[in-house]
Amino acid sequence: MLIAATIAILVVMIMAITRAIMGPTHYDRILAVNMFGTKTVLLISLLGFVMGRPEFLDIAIVYALINFISVIGVLHYSDASIFKRSEQQKKQ
Amino acid sequence: MNISSALFLLIGSFLCISGGVGILRFPDFYTRMHAVGVTDTLATAMILIGLMLQNPDGLVIVKLVIILLMTLFISPTASHALASAAVHNNLMPKLEETEDNKKVSSSNP
Repeated sequence: MLIAATIAILVVMIMAITRAIMGPTHYDRILAVNMFGTKTVLLISLLGFVMGRPEFLDIAIVYALINFISVIGVLHYSDASIFKRSEQQKKQ
Repeated sequence: MNISSALFLLIGSFLCISGGVGILRFPDFYTRMHAVGVTDTLATAMILIGLMLQNPDGLVIVKLVIILLMTLFISPTASHALASAAVHNNLMPKLEETEDNKKVSSSNP
């Protein structure tokens, strides 16, 4: 069952990276990358149990923090002109 | 104990895959955000509870609880920041064309 859950998480990560590549707006890309990071935390935890080495959970904790900081750091630039310019181009 | 762990992992995997289908198939940014919210909170909680039921040591359970609590605090915060940034930059949701929508879109260009 652990291996089945790992494969399911891998499939969902492929779906998320597909949306991150073809997303129409910047926000879709940020959302997909955030989902990818959350699923990476789950994948690291599951792989620790599959390989019988639960020390991987430390890496999962650190990855969750890095994911949050990266999303908030990118959103700090949402007032920048490139975000608004791309939205106006989409409307035209 | 093993059967309950497998059940939790199965429910978590199903919710993850449904969220992945949602992020590919939904038409709009805000609806995609709804699909991601399902996988970020409920599916993560289900899979981590399923891992807790695998009978690990005490410290491993503590680390799993820490990951679960951090995920439950962090991902709604990130989703809220992302949605407020999108609304702030005038990203409009796709709406059905009715009389009220036409009025709203004409008054708020």
